[in-house]
Amino acid sequence: MLNLTIHIVRVLSIDFYGWDCDFLSMAKVQTPQMLTANRLVTGEVVYWARGIWIGSLTAAEVFADGRQAEAALDQAKLSVADRTVVNPYLFPVRAEDGHIRPLEEREIIRAAGPTVRSDLGRPTAHV
Amino acid sequence: MYRYDEFDAAFVRERVEQFRYQVARRLSGELTEDEFKPLRLMNGLYLQLHAYMLRIAVPYGTLSPRQLRMLATIARKYDKGYGHFTTRQNIQFNWIKLGDVPDVLADLATVEMHALQTSGNCIRNVTADHFAGAAADEIEDPRILAEIIRQWSTLHPEFSYLPRKFKIAVSGSAQDRAAIRFHDMAVEIVKNEAGEIGCRVFVGGGMGRTPYVGQVIGEFVPREDILAFLEAVMRVYNEEGRRDNIYKARIKILVNAVGIEEMRARVMREFAEIKAGGTLQLPADEVARIAAYFAPPQFGTLPDASSKFEAARHADPDFDLWATRNLSRHRTPGYAIATISLKPIGGIPGDATAEQMEALANLVDDFDLAEIRVSHEQNLVLPHVKKRDLPAIFARLKSLGLCTPNAGLVTDIIACPGLDYCDLANARSIPVAQRISERLAPRQEEIGELKIKISGCINACGHHHAGHIGILGVDKKGVEFYQLQLGGSGAEDASIGEILGPAFSIDEITDAVERVVDAYLDTRKDGERFLDTVRRIGLEPFKARAYGETAHAAH
Amino acid sequence: MPLIRNGAFTEDHFVSIADDAPMPLNGTIVSLARFQRDRETLLARNSPLGVRLKSSESPEALGEDVHRLAVIVLEFPIFRDGRPFSRARLLRTRMSYKGEIRAVGHFLYDQLAFAVRTGFDSFEVPEGFTLAQFERALFEMSYVYQPSADGRITIRGLRTEATVFHHHAG
Repeated sequence: MLNLTIHIVRVLSIDFYGWDCDFLSMAKVQTPQMLTANRLVTGEVVYWARGIWIGSLTAAEVFADGRQAEAALDQAKLSVADRTVVNPYLFPVRAEDGHIRPLEEREIIRAAGPTVRSDLGRPTAHV
Repeated sequence: MYRYDEFDAAFVRERVEQFRYQVARRLSGELTEDEFKPLRLMNGLYLQLHAYMLRIAVPYGTLSPRQLRMLATIARKYDKGYGHFTTRQNIQFNWIKLGDVPDVLADLATVEMHALQTSGNCIRNVTADHFAGAAADEIEDPRILAEIIRQWSTLHPEFSYLPRKFKIAVSGSAQDRAAIRFHDMAVEIVKNEAGEIGCRVFVGGGMGRTPYVGQVIGEFVPREDILAFLEAVMRVYNEEGRRDNIYKARIKILVNAVGIEEMRARVMREFAEIKAGGTLQLPADEVARIAAYFAPPQFGTLPDASSKFEAARHADPDFDLWATRNLSRHRTPGYAIATISLKPIGGIPGDATAEQMEALANLVDDFDLAEIRVSHEQNLVLPHVKKRDLPAIFARLKSLGLCTPNAGLVTDIIACPGLDYCDLANARSIPVAQRISERLAPRQEEIGELKIKISGCINACGHHHAGHIGILGVDKKGVEFYQLQLGGSGAEDASIGEILGPAFSIDEITDAVERVVDAYLDTRKDGERFLDTVRRIGLEPFKARAYGETAHAAH
Repeated sequence: MPLIRNGAFTEDHFVSIADDAPMPLNGTIVSLARFQRDRETLLARNSPLGVRLKSSESPEALGEDVHRLAVIVLEFPIFRDGRPFSRARLLRTRMSYKGEIRAVGHFLYDQLAFAVRTGFDSFEVPEGFTLAQFERALFEMSYVYQPSADGRITIRGLRTEATVFHHHAG
């Protein structure tokens, strides 16, 4: 049976880029966010990656800036209108030891699959 | 069991096409998600955490082998090889694609199944005692009335857009194995002094944010009037139930707001008018026609004791233990009711693989068992088993990993899918069930009957309010915590569990439950179940043990 | 908005009037509040009158006056609000209302069959909605299980007929 922490580490190891460690920026920094939705036809969980929806959270886009995040969410509404996805929304993430990790358990489980079925692994390639 | 005639068959086929058209209109953009959502919900299709979840109706929990085989096929063909049996006797598949659903429904229609009204603000699956037709204490098979109610409530033009969901249950005996007192509306089949069969109608029970035990609104409604009476209740609810707040929209809120006397007055006024109109009268010959479908199989004339059965009990301690725990008394000598536990120690409660489903279908056929049932406690039931066949059946169950001898014991846990699967959940429930099961399995015989029910959120799909020990998962600042309640019961002695104290973390909850169980073992009087001890001594001793320092010393 | 009545597109012979607007000469529809306020004057007029009910308002508030109304408009504030179905049924059965019952507001194609069964006979539909769609909606399901205001024969009724037929034929 899986401990939630082990579950995260197993599936969310990525290299992390783009964090601005300048002191002044740190003072203004907002919680980074990512954008997710479900594909309309298949129901699969997908993440926004620079204009396309992919299955892997680890390869998806992180918005350091709230305005960037909102702009992406706006763009995502086009995907709703063209029936690609339903219910796009932003969720908070944070950097931890060079890994990106959702703040909320719900999003951790959504990314990695049910904690009680490690055999039902999530696809990590593009969908 | 009920068999579709040409009308029922045409109905589900047309319904499939209707849904196919709805999906097409969604995909073309003609319907927005907001408009499509209630339509797909009325066909049992949720969008959950990982994928769409399809909840397939199993009317009053009864399945033929052919139907069970089809469920296995669907698990393989459209899902990930398993299904989950629910607290309303239905089955859920967690990985369905919207694009596949019309085909899934078409496949189901070929075996007289559907997913109609398993969600949405309409009348849901009518549940009934899973021992129907077999229980020794039964007045009448509750599935007869359940089937009649099912038909009357299917695509009801007036009641498909209610303030909220509406759940109906039927019990055929005084002993309540269907938790009827926790339903929006329920019927207990009773006999009056003249020996006539009638309906005691309950209204306003429910779980969720504000649990209530249902109240009697009709002490003896003659059977011919029952549909008119139920329709009267529905109409009052549709017209007067709250629509401003989804947490206050169930009928239980209305009943408690106006009081049962006023509710009865309103219903009786409506009922009188419907009855006068005559269109919903339920004639005796119609009841007899439906009852014929539920006629028990031809039972052999057997002695009550079976030497083969007794010999096997002496020879095989595993079989003996299983027979002690998982068999219930049948009304016919020489027969027994067998509960197949879907709660392997440390396993996921209520899940079954496609292989298990298929093998069980074969078992039902091979032993001429006619049908298999789903219980609201997320187990399966073989209602009519010859005692002499039990050793062989047990051997088959053993080979399938379905021989856990824990029916009604502390490891026979009810758990909703929780945050591992469900979009509404605040916390995971399955891992909690697994940990408790593993921890207490070595002592389950000693502990005796103890019904643990776990819900991952306030919606209470795990029925935690009715658990002897109820556990509610909550989210405290992003961390999973678990609140304990003691003393709930879903039987005819219905009660809502009382909260013990502050919530426990996921790492503490197993210990807390064990300490509560220890407190019971230390204070119980001879033959007392856990529930009895709680009712006798109250919560304080359990509270002290669960939260006290002595707990650590004892370990 | 286009109006389908008794299965065909039809001119709307009524005008809906706000509570404080003057009454025109031809058919008008007023709110329940206005009807209750100006009842005498309204009923004394020679032209057809209709009342529009919100989903929270019951036709019972009109009492016997229903029979003097040419149309009763039942509003769906949102398609999820299923009270209009009960209101229409009440009008047709207990109140024996014979006039036009019109559905307006936000309701779905998928609710049309239910609406017709419960007693609606006219529908304010979106631009571009066709009669073919209307008819399709009504006949998606050939059979119904339960009786409603339309008096349509139920599956149980059909089963009885079939039995009777077989008895006669056999």
